[in-house]
Amino acid sequence: MDPLIFLSLVIFLPTLGAIGLLAFNSKAVDAMRFYSLIVTIVTLLLTFQMWTEFNPDIAGLQAGGKAIDAANPVSAEWISGWKINYSLGYDGISLPLVLLTSFISVFACMASWSIKKLHKGYFILFLLLESGMLGVFLSLDFFLFYVFWEVMLLPMYFLIGIWGGPRKEYAAIKFFLYTLAGSVLMLIAMLMFYFAGDTFSLPELAQLGQGRHPSGATMDNWSQLTAFTLLFIGFAIKIPTFPFHTWLPDAHVEAPTPISMILAGVLLKMGGYGILRIAFPLCPHGAHVAANWLVAIGVISIIYGAFAALAQTDFKRLVAYSSVSHMGYVVLGMGVWQISQDGSFDHWSMGMNGAMFQMLGHGVSSAGMFFMVGVIYDRVHHRDLNQFGGLAGKMPLYAGLSAGLFFAGLGLPGLCGFIGEIFVVLSAWNKSAVLAIVAAGGVILTAGYILWTMQRVFLGPEYKGPHGEEITPINAREATVGFVLLATAILLGVYPSIMFDMMRGSMALLVESLEQGYQVAEQAVNGTASLTK
Amino acid sequence: MFSNLLEQLIAETTLTSLCHFVPELALSATIVVLLLLRLCWSIDRWIPAYVTALAGALVALGFSGFQLLNLLDGRGELSSARVEVNGGETSLRVASDVQTVRIVSGASDEVAINPGEIIVTVSGGDGAASVGAVLTFLNGDAAQKTLKESGQRLCAVMLAGSAETKLPKDGISATLESHQHFGGLLVFDQFGAFVRGLLALFLVLMIALTVLTGIPDAEDGPDFYTLLFGATIGMMLMASANHLLIFFLGIEMASVPSYVMVGFLKGRRESSEAAFKYVVYGAGAAGVMLYGISLLCGLLGTASIPEVSVQLGAMLSGDGFSTAEARTALLAVLMVFVGLAFKLSLVPFHFWCPDAFEGASAEVAGFLSVASKGAAFALLVRFSLALTGGIEVASDTLAGVGVAIGVIAALTVTFGNLAAYGQSNIKRLLAYSTIAHAGYMLMAVSALIVIQAAGSGVAGFDVAGNSERCVEGLLFYLFVYLFMNLGAFAVVALIRNETFSEDIDSYNGIGWECPVLCSCMAICMFSLVGLPPFGGFWGKLVIFASLFQAGHIHWFLWVLLVIAGLNTVFSLFYYVRVLKAMFIRPRAEGARRVDILPSMGNYALLIAIPVLLLGLLPNSVTELARTVSRALFE
Repeated sequence: MDPLIFLSLVIFLPTLGAIGLLAFNSKAVDAMRFYSLIVTIVTLLLTFQMWTEFNPDIAGLQAGGKAIDAANPVSAEWISGWKINYSLGYDGISLPLVLLTSFISVFACMASWSIKKLHKGYFILFLLLESGMLGVFLSLDFFLFYVFWEVMLLPMYFLIGIWGGPRKEYAAIKFFLYTLAGSVLMLIAMLMFYFAGDTFSLPELAQLGQGRHPSGATMDNWSQLTAFTLLFIGFAIKIPTFPFHTWLPDAHVEAPTPISMILAGVLLKMGGYGILRIAFPLCPHGAHVAANWLVAIGVISIIYGAFAALAQTDFKRLVAYSSVSHMGYVVLGMGVWQISQDGSFDHWSMGMNGAMFQMLGHGVSSAGMFFMVGVIYDRVHHRDLNQFGGLAGKMPLYAGLSAGLFFAGLGLPGLCGFIGEIFVVLSAWNKSAVLAIVAAGGVILTAGYILWTMQRVFLGPEYKGPHGEEITPINAREATVGFVLLATAILLGVYPSIMFDMMRGSMALLVESLEQGYQVAEQAVNGTASLTK
Repeated sequence: MFSNLLEQLIAETTLTSLCHFVPELALSATIVVLLLLRLCWSIDRWIPAYVTALAGALVALGFSGFQLLNLLDGRGELSSARVEVNGGETSLRVASDVQTVRIVSGASDEVAINPGEIIVTVSGGDGAASVGAVLTFLNGDAAQKTLKESGQRLCAVMLAGSAETKLPKDGISATLESHQHFGGLLVFDQFGAFVRGLLALFLVLMIALTVLTGIPDAEDGPDFYTLLFGATIGMMLMASANHLLIFFLGIEMASVPSYVMVGFLKGRRESSEAAFKYVVYGAGAAGVMLYGISLLCGLLGTASIPEVSVQLGAMLSGDGFSTAEARTALLAVLMVFVGLAFKLSLVPFHFWCPDAFEGASAEVAGFLSVASKGAAFALLVRFSLALTGGIEVASDTLAGVGVAIGVIAALTVTFGNLAAYGQSNIKRLLAYSTIAHAGYMLMAVSALIVIQAAGSGVAGFDVAGNSERCVEGLLFYLFVYLFMNLGAFAVVALIRNETFSEDIDSYNGIGWECPVLCSCMAICMFSLVGLPPFGGFWGKLVIFASLFQAGHIHWFLWVLLVIAGLNTVFSLFYYVRVLKAMFIRPRAEGARRVDILPSMGNYALLIAIPVLLLGLLPNSVTELARTVSRALFE
C-alpha cells in the first residue's frame, strides 16, 4: 500500500470509527463499547504493522521501510498557495510514541466501561482524540502538526467537561486556556519560520535552522532564540514543567479515569516530542543558549513535583504531581547539552535517549497508576488517602498489580521507570555533579511519597472509610488492563533495547545535526565579529 | 455639441455601465415588485412576500456570481499567439475567447474573429506597421487591464515569429479603458464584484432564515424585505464606491433601513429604544463624516477617489504636518474614519452595537453583524488605498495613520473580548464578539496602510505582495465570517423560537435535546475563536501573517500581533461558556423539551458545513481572495 495512504489510514481509522458510531442506537451501550474497543485494537495492529516495516538502519525519516527524501516524498499538496503539504512519516523518535499512543488508547478504552452516561458522545470524542494524537506524532509539516495539535483540544475539553468530576468545568477550561496560550505562541514561531524559509515542511525548516538549507537561507541567532523561547513555552505548558504546570493537577484529577490515563500517558509526551521534533532541530542555536535554563527548569520540576506530591491527601492529585516530577527528568535529559573535549557527545546522546525512554516508561506507569486509582474510586467513591487502608486484605490481586505499577513509577530497577531516570541522572553528572545529586535526590523523594501512599492505602488492619461494603475484588476486565500494563512495564525494564534499538539511530542523527547546526551558527557569529574587527 | 455629449453619456451608461450593475438593478426591481404586489390587488395574500424576495435575491446572486466568474475568466487568456508572415502580409493569430476587437488606431487592414481565435492581418510592408495598432479587447474590464502584460508577451511572440522585423519591445500596447462607470461615480472591478457577491449570498441565506423563523409575519413581510433589500443595495454601492458622494450615499442608504429594521419588533420597548439609540449615534457619525468629506473636497477640488488619491499622495509624501493644507487633509481623513468606525462599531464608537443587537431580533442582528461589516470593510479598504495610492516615497505620516488604526484595532479587540465576559444575554455576547472581530479585521487594514506607506523605501520588501496578503486575509475572513457569524445568530433565532429566551442560562443542557443545532453552534463558536480545523483559523492565520510581515516596516505591528494572539486566548473563555451551558450544564428541572424541525437542523448544517470545509480545504477560496486582491494592486 502507498505509505501515504497507509499512514492516513492509521490516523483516520479512529475518525472513521467515530463516524460509524453515529449509526448506533444510544441505548446499545455494550455494542458501542466493544465496537470502540475493536477500532482501537485495529489501530494498534496497524501501528504494529508500522513497526514491522520500520527499518532501524535508516536514521532519518521514513515510511513503509523506505527513507523519505526528494525522490520519495510521502506527501500530497494541501494548500498550494501557501506551500502547505499533507506530509506524513516517522522515525525512531516518533514511532515509539505512536506505539505508546495506540497501546494506551486500547487500555483507556477498556477502562471506559466506568463511564456511566452519554456513552455515544463519549466514544465519538474518544476516537476523535485518538486521531488527533496519532496525527501529531506522524505529521511532518508544521502546519499539519499545528492543526492536529489543536484538533486534539476540542474533544479533550468536552471529555473532561462533561464526564469529569465535581470541578470539571473549571478544570476543562483551565486546560483549554493554558494549551491554547501555548499554541498561539507556537503559531507566532510558525509564522517566523514560514517567512524565513518559505515552507512549512519540518525537514526543510530543520535544514534552515541548522544552516544547511539548499537555498542558503538562514535564520539569525536572535530570531532563533526568540523562536525557541516561543516554542519551548508552548511545549513546556504541555509537558508540563514548573511554572506552567498548574493546569495539570486540576485536569488530571477532574478527568474521568480513561481520560486521565490518556492525559498522563500520551498528551504530556507531546510536549517532549514537540521539543525533540520542532524546537530543537529548528533552532539549534537558540536551544544551546537556553540549555542551562532547560536543566534548571527540569531539576526544579523534579523536586517541586515530588514535594507537592508528598503533601497531597487526594490519591489522584498525588499521581498527578508525580507526573510533573517525572516529566522533569525528560526536560533535564534534553538539556544536558555538553560536548566533551574530544568533540564526542556521548553524554548528551545518553541524556536524550534517557529523556525519550523516560517518556515511554512514564507513559506506561502513569497510565497504570491512574487506572488503579480509578478502580478503587469506582468502588468507594472517594480518593482521600487518609481514609484508605487495609485494601491488600480485601483486594489482594488489585494490591499486587498496583504495587507493581507504583514501583514502576518509583523507578525500581527492573521496571520501566528506572532506565530513563538512571540514564538522565548519569548524563547530568557529566554536566554538573550538583545537579545530578539533586536530581537523584528526587528519586528518594519519589520513593518516599510512593511508599508512604502504599502504606496508607494497602496496608493497615482494615478499611475504615466510606462505602466499605462495596469493595469487591477486581473483575477480569480490570485485571487484564492491570496485567498488561504491568507486563509492559517489566518488559521495558528488563529489556529496554526493544525501544533503544528503534530510537538509537534517529537520536544519534538528531544530536549530531544539532551540534553541527550550532557550530554553523556560532561560526556565523564569530565570522561577523572578526569582520567587524 | 451638448446633445452629442448627452447622447454619448446615455449610450455609455446604458450600454456598458448599467449591465455591470445588474445585481443592484435586480434587487431594486424586487423592491418594486414587492410593493406593487401589495398595492395592486393585494396579491401578496396569495404569494407570500418571501417567495418574491427569495427569487429576487437568487437572481441577484446569480448575476453577481456570473460577473465575478466572468472577471476572473478574463485573465491571462491571450496565452498563445503566433505570427505568420505571408508575402506582404503579416497576420497575428491570437487564441482567445475574446468576443470583439476594436482597432483604435493603426494600420491593420483586417480583423477576423473566429471562435476561440482572433486574426489581425497587417498588409503592406513589414510587421513593423502593426506597431501603431492599438488593440482593445472587450471582454470585461479585467481583461483589458491584464492586457498590459499580455501585450508584452504578444509582442515577444511576434518578434520570435518574424526575426527580420524590428518591433520595439512595447510594440503593442493595450489601452486601459477605465473601470469607472456613471461618469466615475462607481467602479466595477474584481474586489467590488467579490464583496457584492458575498452580500448577495448573505441576502439569500438571510431570507431563508427568516422563512424558517417567521420573524416578519405575513403582514409585515413586504415591508421587512423592502428594508432588507434597500440596505443591501446601499451596501453594494459602498463596495463599488469611487466617489466621495457615493461613499456617503452608500453608507446612508445602508444605515437608514437598518435603523428601521432594528426597531421592527413593534411594541417591544427595548426594540424602539435600541433603534432610537442607533439613529442618534448614526446621525452624529454621518454628520462628522460628511463634514470630513466636505473638507476633503474643498481642499482638493475633487471628490473622485482616484483623483483624491493622487493629490493626497503628493501632499502627504514628505513630512505630512508641514503645511496647513496637509494638516487639514489629515483632519478630514480622520473625520471620514469616524463615520466608518461607527459602521464597524470600533472603540470608541461601539456603544450602539450591544444595545441595538439586544433590541433587534436575532435575524436583524445577524444582518447588521455580517453584511454591514463586510460592506464597510470594502469601503475602508478602498479609502485606505486611496489614502496611500499616490505614495512613491516612504511616508512617516501615513505609517503613523496605519499605526493609529492599529491602536484602535487593539483597543477594539481587547475591549470587545473583555466586555463579552460578563454578558448573560447571548445577543449582547455576540454583539461584543462582533466588535472584537471588527478589531481583528481592522488589523489587516492597519497592516495594509503601514506596508503601503513604506513605498519603495525598504529594500528587499515586497510591498505589492504583502499588501495583497493583507487584503487576501481580510476577504477570506469576511467570507468565513459570513458563515460562522450567521450560523451563530441563526441558532440563537431558532432556539429562541422554542424556548422564548435569549439568556445563556436558558441554554443549559439543550445540547443533548437538539444535538444537530448545538453541534453547529459548537462549530461556529470554535471557528469564531479561531481554532483549526475551522475556517476562522485560516482567516486569522492570514491576518496574523500579514501583521508579522508588516512588523518589518514598523515594530508596532509585532506588538499588535502579540495582542491579537492573547485576545484569541481570552476570547475562548466566553465562546466556550455558551457551549458549556449547552453541553455540560444539566437541563433545568421541568423545562420543556426543545424540539426543532428537521428543516432547521438542515439549515444550520448548511451554514456550519462550509465553516468546516473552509478550514479543511481553504485552497480555492484563498486562491480566489488572492486573485481578487492582486487585481487591486496591479
